[in-house]
Amino acid sequence: MMKKSEEDEYWNSSKFRAFTFDDEDDEFSRLKESRQAIRRLAEEDEDEDEVEKVSWSGEPIGSISWSVKETEASNQRTDREPAFPRITTDTPTLSKSQSGSSLSSLSSLFKGKTRGNFQNISETPSVRLFAPELRKSRTDTKDSDGEFSPEETVRRMQHGKAVSLEKFRSLQDKLLLLDSAVLGHHGNVITAVLIHLKRTLSKDVLFAELRSRQTALRHFVQYLTETRDQDLLLELLRSLNRTEDVALLQYREQLSLSDAPRRRDFLKTCLSLPFSADDLAHIQDQHDLLDRQILIEDSDAAVEREGKLDVFRKFPRKASILNMPVITTLYYCCLYHYSEQGTFSSPSSVRQTFKLSEKQYFVTALAARAKLKAWTDVDALFSSRNWLGFTRKRAPISFQRVVDILHRNSAPSQVLQDYIGLVDDPQQRVSLASRHRCHDVVINTYRDMKDRQLLLGYRAKVERGSAAERKIDELLSQPQIRWKN
Amino acid sequence: MAYSARKDSPELPDFSLLKRLVRDQLIYLLEQLPGKKDLFIEADLMSPLDRIANVSTLKQHDVDKLYKVEHKAIVSTSDQLCFLIRPRIQTVKWICDVVNADKAVGKLRRYKIIFTPQKFYACEAVLEEQGIFGDVTTDEWAFYLLPLDEDIVSMELPEFFRDNFLAGDQRWVSTAGSALHLLHTLYGPFTKVYGIGRCSKMAYESWRELLEDSEQKPRQAEIGNVFLIDRDVDFVTPLCSQVVYEGLVDDIFRIKCGCVEFSPDVTSSDKSVKVMLNSQDKVFNEIRNEHFSNVFGFLSQKARNLQTAYDKRRGMDIKQMKAFVSDELKGLKQEHRLLSLHIGASESIMKKKTKQDFQELLKTEHSLLEGFDIRECISYIEEHINRQVSMIEGLRLLCLLSITENGLLPKDYRSLKAQYLQSYGVEHLLTFHNLKQLGLLVEQQPGETLTAMESKVGKLVNDKTAGKLTDAFSSLAKKSNFRALSRKLNLVPKSDEEYDLRVPRDMAYIFSGAYIPLSCKLIEQVLERNGWTGLEEVARLLNGHEFAVTGNSGADSKTKNDAQRIILVMFLGGCTFSEISALRFLGKEKGCKFIVVTTAITNSSRLMESLLGNTL
Repeated sequence: MMKKSEEDEYWNSSKFRAFTFDDEDDEFSRLKESRQAIRRLAEEDEDEDEVEKVSWSGEPIGSISWSVKETEASNQRTDREPAFPRITTDTPTLSKSQSGSSLSSLSSLFKGKTRGNFQNISETPSVRLFAPELRKSRTDTKDSDGEFSPEETVRRMQHGKAVSLEKFRSLQDKLLLLDSAVLGHHGNVITAVLIHLKRTLSKDVLFAELRSRQTALRHFVQYLTETRDQDLLLELLRSLNRTEDVALLQYREQLSLSDAPRRRDFLKTCLSLPFSADDLAHIQDQHDLLDRQILIEDSDAAVEREGKLDVFRKFPRKASILNMPVITTLYYCCLYHYSEQGTFSSPSSVRQTFKLSEKQYFVTALAARAKLKAWTDVDALFSSRNWLGFTRKRAPISFQRVVDILHRNSAPSQVLQDYIGLVDDPQQRVSLASRHRCHDVVINTYRDMKDRQLLLGYRAKVERGSAAERKIDELLSQPQIRWKN
Repeated sequence: MAYSARKDSPELPDFSLLKRLVRDQLIYLLEQLPGKKDLFIEADLMSPLDRIANVSTLKQHDVDKLYKVEHKAIVSTSDQLCFLIRPRIQTVKWICDVVNADKAVGKLRRYKIIFTPQKFYACEAVLEEQGIFGDVTTDEWAFYLLPLDEDIVSMELPEFFRDNFLAGDQRWVSTAGSALHLLHTLYGPFTKVYGIGRCSKMAYESWRELLEDSEQKPRQAEIGNVFLIDRDVDFVTPLCSQVVYEGLVDDIFRIKCGCVEFSPDVTSSDKSVKVMLNSQDKVFNEIRNEHFSNVFGFLSQKARNLQTAYDKRRGMDIKQMKAFVSDELKGLKQEHRLLSLHIGASESIMKKKTKQDFQELLKTEHSLLEGFDIRECISYIEEHINRQVSMIEGLRLLCLLSITENGLLPKDYRSLKAQYLQSYGVEHLLTFHNLKQLGLLVEQQPGETLTAMESKVGKLVNDKTAGKLTDAFSSLAKKSNFRALSRKLNLVPKSDEEYDLRVPRDMAYIFSGAYIPLSCKLIEQVLERNGWTGLEEVARLLNGHEFAVTGNSGADSKTKNDAQRIILVMFLGGCTFSEISALRFLGKEKGCKFIVVTTAITNSSRLMESLLGNTL
């Protein structure tokens, strides 16, 4: 196990510079063995000419062929029962046809298959799939010697054989090839055929055919995404009327723009993209926010450099505010610009402009002011006057959560106890209070519950001779309290 | 507690053979480029490679220097370069840049690309387009399967999930088929294959074709049954917080290729330590499947035993002491070290979880699973998002809400999405788009409220609504029907009963007794019934694609041997440690053993991260 960790360290250290080894070969004999074993495997791979021979049936178990080799399926399938059955419910039987058979027999297979069966697996409207078949004239279907049918070509490709796709020149042939690939479920082959089609068909024709071939379409979209062929991908999506995808794909470009003003300008152009109204509003907000952040960043960076403002000295800015979410921006403004009114950086202006809820504002301001230990500001957040003019502490979240936020910002227990005392549920209040060592709250709660036993029990938990202990003793000796136990 | 298997439990097959085979093949491939060479390794292949070979192995085969693929100009002076990579277009493009840069300055080298586990035509097309086809030789290293433990085999293909389920790209289907074929050839012949999911079905077909083209030598089967399952059959389970030790360690510290790095706060030293987590670790092996609440007790008992063992030294004479040192001390010290590591890890887990108010989080998850107090759950999630607690976790809770409720009410969807974007950035529009496409986070369609009402009165969803989303061709999203499934399969035990986590009575213990993982329950049911008979309704609610087939090549299928009690479960799109723990439990109950083969180990964070759209 520790040896492993040494190796891991090796990997880590090789990140930056290379290691050099001395060349010594002491385990030569072992190597020879493995080489021989491996060569046996390799032979299987290399003897392309002997594809028809099932030469390795008697091979020992250790020499499993890695890339399973190709054998003529027709030979084997006729004289051997399959070891495992096809799943007949919705698996197309295209590849079961006799090798070298003409395409017309293929087409009959297509026709024979009911639409319902087929749809399940490829999710392609089956009507469309028949189309190349129907258009195909019989004279075209003759296989010349040495040429493979679409299905056979696909089979060979599945097994990693080099095949030429050049002879698939008519649209029908190309589409048959594509449909055979889709039926084989080999994504690798589907993509390969699509690359061929992309090279040999005009965009318009290809796009039109892909429209009804969802599986192939998905592979093509993925291929274009991976090769970062943005332009063609956009064209494709447009031609399919996938407006939301078009919009998002263009919108995504912003991620590569690190310069804030450029990103802002780019976002502005995104506003004309075909987004839903909701999303458009979000992007508008994103633009407006970035615009505002640029102003704040400029001015705050200057102020920080001058070093005049205390808050920047005590809590130096860790990162730029550019491109941060609006809640983070609000937090930032609550840290550095809390008392401002009417400026771009004033918290209330941020709140109003971006229509933040009371809850959002409250939790953010609370965390920020608590971070600065500005307890009066914290306190003020809770004040509300009722119609009689009394102030009462109110919060849009539970006081339990308030305590949690304050505690995370390392509020002292004197501060915490005020808020713990406001937790409604006595049980929760007690558990919070004892967790945060706010003895007064626990004691008062037990007093209010008139529970002498619990109070006595708590006495054992507090420090000897502490103020809390004295308070408990005082309470216990008060005759006017009617204890319930 | 712990790992006391039934006496008649069958033996697991030996998977170290897989390691030997791939190591030998790698050596063979390296020898194909004779002489000294520098080796460039794709970053995410390093850990898997580490598990099967070490630096000296490579060194023995003329690898001079090792580099990580970093997609920038190289500094190697070697005249032979070998690249060991995943078949990714961007990596191949980088190699083309390297070769073309050499060409530009007239530098002559030999190049070899080893793709693993296989090459793709799209990659070769890049070589062709960049004009270096023929300048480089290419090979495949069929490293399909990496045994992580005696009962876990991983394909180490985390991208399988996104490629297959989000992009709808089937490139890895045949890879899964080949992996299955390899297992069949080495440990089969399989007798029965069950499965559910579109990808499972395709993988089965792909394997079956390989089978037809090859011949199996009759041999004594070691694995009798196989179950294939798509990750999108059950998204609920991987979205839940893990509370079984191994899963919890994965959630918090991230287990990578069976190895975890414990930071200094765990090791209580100034160094972090990498530890292999598997059945070889005696301490870990006893707690890995335990609910976290039992782990502390177990560890402290263990610590006491250790103390007693150490204490034996007192009063020993020289001879006894000598025997003690040579026989026991080493083992004790090893145990001591492991024990302190796991105690440190448990403490660290406790600290992190109490800080996060883990109890309340779990309560929310359980309410969602039960379908209780949904408004309260929503407001919890809302607050979680408002407070910017965690980008990933917020997203996870939204998905769990959506998938258990069969989509969000339109007004909830709009409001939660807006708040999420406000807390974590509008760029997450792209994330929401991905989640919608996958069906993980969706709006209820008008008319589906009927379904919600129906499920309340306990009726089953009617065909019209169940089929609605699957009809949408452009989306791979599926309707979850979780509520109905949960009722049908009794996934949520009655909450009024006490659940003793020390003596688990069913697989629900892995989620504190609150929920039996859907994936594992399905496996249990199908195996019990020997197929899908009686589960037609369940299969329909899962959007179909179920199958159960019997092979006829297994010569020894008549003889009831141990192999019939070894069940290989293949998760396409990843599985969690909690699911593995649940299957181990099930195996113990039924006197069988499960082998988990997965495209990768996953958890809620990995699942969510793979769907993020806010970064390039």
